[in-house]
Amino acid sequence: MQLKFHVQRNDFSRAGQAAARIKKTLQLAGIKPAIIRKAIIVAYEAELNIVIHAYHGTITANISTGQIEILAQDEGPGIVDIDLAMQEGYSTAPPHIRKMGFGAGMGLPNIKKSSDSLEIYSAVGRGTLLRATIVIGD
Amino acid sequence: MSEYFHSVRLDEEKCKGCTNCIKHCPTEAIRVRKGRARIIEERCIDCGECIRVCPNQAKVAITDDLDSIKKYRYSIALPAPSFYGQFKPELTPEIVHAGLIALGFDSVFPVALAAEAVSRAIRNYLEQQRERPRPLISSACPAVVRLVQVRFPSLLEHIIPLVSPMEIAGRVAREAAHRQTGFGPEEIGVFFLTPCPAKVTEVKQPAGDSSSVDGAISMSVVYGNLLRMMDNLNTASLSPVVSGIGIGWGRAGGENEAIKTGSLLAVDGIHCVISVLEEIERGGLEDIDYLEAQACTGGCIGGCLVPQNPFVARVRMGNLARSRQRVESGHMFPAELDYYCRKSPVPARPALKLADDPALALMRLEEAEKIVAELPGLDCGSCGSPSCRALAEDIVQGYARRSYCIFELRRRLQQLAEEIVELAQKQPPAMGREWSPARDEGEEHD
Repeated sequence: MQLKFHVQRNDFSRAGQAAARIKKTLQLAGIKPAIIRKAIIVAYEAELNIVIHAYHGTITANISTGQIEILAQDEGPGIVDIDLAMQEGYSTAPPHIRKMGFGAGMGLPNIKKSSDSLEIYSAVGRGTLLRATIVIGD
Repeated sequence: MSEYFHSVRLDEEKCKGCTNCIKHCPTEAIRVRKGRARIIEERCIDCGECIRVCPNQAKVAITDDLDSIKKYRYSIALPAPSFYGQFKPELTPEIVHAGLIALGFDSVFPVALAAEAVSRAIRNYLEQQRERPRPLISSACPAVVRLVQVRFPSLLEHIIPLVSPMEIAGRVAREAAHRQTGFGPEEIGVFFLTPCPAKVTEVKQPAGDSSSVDGAISMSVVYGNLLRMMDNLNTASLSPVVSGIGIGWGRAGGENEAIKTGSLLAVDGIHCVISVLEEIERGGLEDIDYLEAQACTGGCIGGCLVPQNPFVARVRMGNLARSRQRVESGHMFPAELDYYCRKSPVPARPALKLADDPALALMRLEEAEKIVAELPGLDCGSCGSPSCRALAEDIVQGYARRSYCIFELRRRLQQLAEEIVELAQKQPPAMGREWSPARDEGEEHD
């Protein structure tokens, strides 16, 4: 089962829609609430990252009985230092984004906390691919 | 008795099958079948939205009638805080209480008093339980609690494990009446004067614990009966029994005003509540300590069993809450937090899944996605489901057919018609020649 969403830079009013649809789908699939909560957080933070930092991108959710895979692929400036970006509180978001209450440097750490595995590939000046999986246990 | 009790019911006679209600239901719990709205019981949260939007008054709230207080040797009325906002300023809460006695109740115990005690308990809980997930969500509105059970089960741990003012009022009132009169607890009937169907359901089938309240009578019914008695009341020497702070709970924001600690957020109206709950689910709002969430716009004064216009009631409630000085009621309520805690946690109600078996559910999901892509996407509701997506979900569960979609039906009819025309033009080999029936003397029927 695959869901795919386009995400556009600066489209804050629609940020969260992909996460909301993924949530609804997981509820229909009868996935446990705690697992769904993780997927919502991963999807939402990944969606926001594209809205804040990239030019445009896609969020893809692949759902099977064993796991939920969330892929965030964007064209954008890329991440210069991924280890640094994973640190809590580190942010490259410009001041006007922070004034809106976003860009607190918790996006990637939150994704890491809520997923069972996380891979990030980035090419500076081209874009970023993020792949997070959440295991559906019994 | 069925698994779920619901106050919200359908009047079959009045329902025209118009599909207005199915589109406003926050849990997609209604389908129109055979020209009548059917409520899916495990999804209904008794919020009353359908009662509000039904143009035919076919959605009703089942409540206890006033006569049911006669079944008990001693009856107690628990007026909701919102009740006081229904009357003009000269009809003070004390006069309203006198009216309730005249109406046949043996005593009155204002829920507003218990609301003050519960406010203190919530304040203590927020200050003591710092490690609990934030924000904690109020448990006072039963429609919101049920909404969380059905649509936001991962937020159940955010619901503050304290009982509502109504429950505390029922408990304390029964204990006090038992001490004063010597009647056994089962001889005492405790009746909530309710602004909404959700509270009726909460009394009849509480989410988790058992209820201390025996019945719920519609506020509108009591209001009408009460106004008729008011002229003959002797109200000369009534001393104040409720203070403004508890009365304030009857309108949106009043609960938070009474709690007065930490960072408090108030939201009212079920669709606004949903968007705030979604934000909490995404991990936001951790800076907020407490969420007062009420399903009705304006709070309890906006309930669908409330007689007065909610905006008028809001002003009156505000004036009342401000004008009344404190009435000391602390001695009537236990101070220890334990007394206010729920005995059992609120369980999840996973009513949205497509199948119990995860593999089957996923298969149905895939199928539903394919069907959605082929449906017109107009969400017209003619099929009896609230949206094209909901219809697809109904189809894969076997509750609906593709032909329920009138666009799909029309397309298939068109196809069939084309096939008939095509078929009509085909000729068997023996009929190859141009041929028309003899019409030469065809005018003979004239």
